[in-house]
Amino acid sequence: MNGAEFLYGGAVKAFELIINLDPYVMSITGVSIKVSGTATILAALTAIPLAFALSFLNFRGKQGLITLVNTGMGLPPVFVGLFIYVMLVPAGPLGFLKMILTQEAMILAQYILVTPIIAGISLAAIKAVPGPIIETVYTLGGREKDAVITTLKEAKFGIITAILAGLGRALAEVGAILIVGGNIAETGSIAGIGEGLSRTRTLTTAIVSETSKWDISTALALGIILISLNLSVNLLANFFRGRD
Amino acid sequence: MILISLIAGCVQKIPAGDLTSTTKTAPPPQELVLATTTSTCDTGLLDVLNKKFEETNNVKILTVCEGTGKAIATGELGAADVVMVHAVQAELIAVANGSFINRTYMMYNYFVIIGPENDPAGIKTAKNASDALSKIAARQSQFISRGDESGTYKMEKSIWKAANITPAGTWYQSVGKGMGETIVTANIKEGYTLSDRGTYLSMKDKTDLRILFEADQTYLFNPYHVMAVNPAKFQNVKYDLAIRYINYTTSQQAQDIIRDFGRDKYGEALFTPAIINERR
Repeated sequence: MNGAEFLYGGAVKAFELIINLDPYVMSITGVSIKVSGTATILAALTAIPLAFALSFLNFRGKQGLITLVNTGMGLPPVFVGLFIYVMLVPAGPLGFLKMILTQEAMILAQYILVTPIIAGISLAAIKAVPGPIIETVYTLGGREKDAVITTLKEAKFGIITAILAGLGRALAEVGAILIVGGNIAETGSIAGIGEGLSRTRTLTTAIVSETSKWDISTALALGIILISLNLSVNLLANFFRGRD
Repeated sequence: MILISLIAGCVQKIPAGDLTSTTKTAPPPQELVLATTTSTCDTGLLDVLNKKFEETNNVKILTVCEGTGKAIATGELGAADVVMVHAVQAELIAVANGSFINRTYMMYNYFVIIGPENDPAGIKTAKNASDALSKIAARQSQFISRGDESGTYKMEKSIWKAANITPAGTWYQSVGKGMGETIVTANIKEGYTLSDRGTYLSMKDKTDLRILFEADQTYLFNPYHVMAVNPAKFQNVKYDLAIRYINYTTSQQAQDIIRDFGRDKYGEALFTPAIINERR
């Protein structure tokens, strides 16, 4: 088997799958965007208020919470996946939720992974707002509420960058969602010919299983889509970073 | 631009919410979770076998493809309704501890020892499977092991045990991957590995490795069983549907599919039906 020929053939087939909008490949892309997008939105809704609370409020355990956020930024996905798996299986304490092997379980896993990332980067963005600006708000007779609003305006590009960093992480993540989602596709899910669509199969988990089947062209096609998605998220992040 | 059309494509192709909606009159299909081994998935057998069952029973089978060990664990924790696996000892233990019932023999094939065509350890002339592995160990030829909890790895361990060898050293490498990737790794390293016949045949044109040893009735026999998760242990498990599936796998229709699967593509069948070997 000629190496170059094999790679070339794989790449050609990969582009065919993408250009023909192969239903199986598209359904996988759709699940990826839905799961990671939802997880990122939910994480942002938690993380941004959390970052403000940590910046503006004084409460017991605040330092501990900051440590938790910083530790959480580097949580190993496979461990998070395993933890959620044992909680959600029917034999586990949260089995009654019937969430194991569903997209909801995957969203939960990524929510846990992404929240500390968005919180941590947002926290840094808030800290980077120059002190004199906030002082001016108070000097002009503003209250805490006005200081928060001013900070939000000043740090908005940094916070958007934080959300995009979270989305990038979620889209590229594989360890957790593979365990809790099970990489399920319907019967007959074969790229190019099959009709089965993805249930809990994402770009990353499908690359794992297609590689295991040694269907390299499908794995390449999925990889190209994944890289394009992450590239556009990063270009967007760069754009906002530039505005900052 | 490509990206935008991609995303647009996704939105068009995937109806919102569940992908299962069919015609207006038919009730939504039931879902059956099948945890199984990589060899039944990666060969494509289940795509053909399950399709027929889905069509006649208004069911969607959600297949989780993992090694036999993990598939049994998935069932033991109640996350699957039915499992299809190939590790007799582990199956019997799981049945004995009450996790599974209705264990049913559905098909078999043989494990094969594959390796580089020039066969550096000379296993072609081995007397039996343990003799073949002994020769590989004596020659310290590269051996790539699954090293996971798969049925194939369980079989490999029992052959080493029979040979009275604890494989260790730089020649013995454990990869912890599925069968397909293990074959690919063995191909790159020009080493030997143990594979189920089905997965090897389905990858025959993607590898230079050849079958060098096979047909040891004592060690290389590879039976597949289906069994239902015990509803006494998990009330929400779809036991009736699981039983219907188990009955289907041993029906004439399913056994015919198993007997013919792979003949057109690989020139020979990948599995042999366990129950009905004669075409009706």
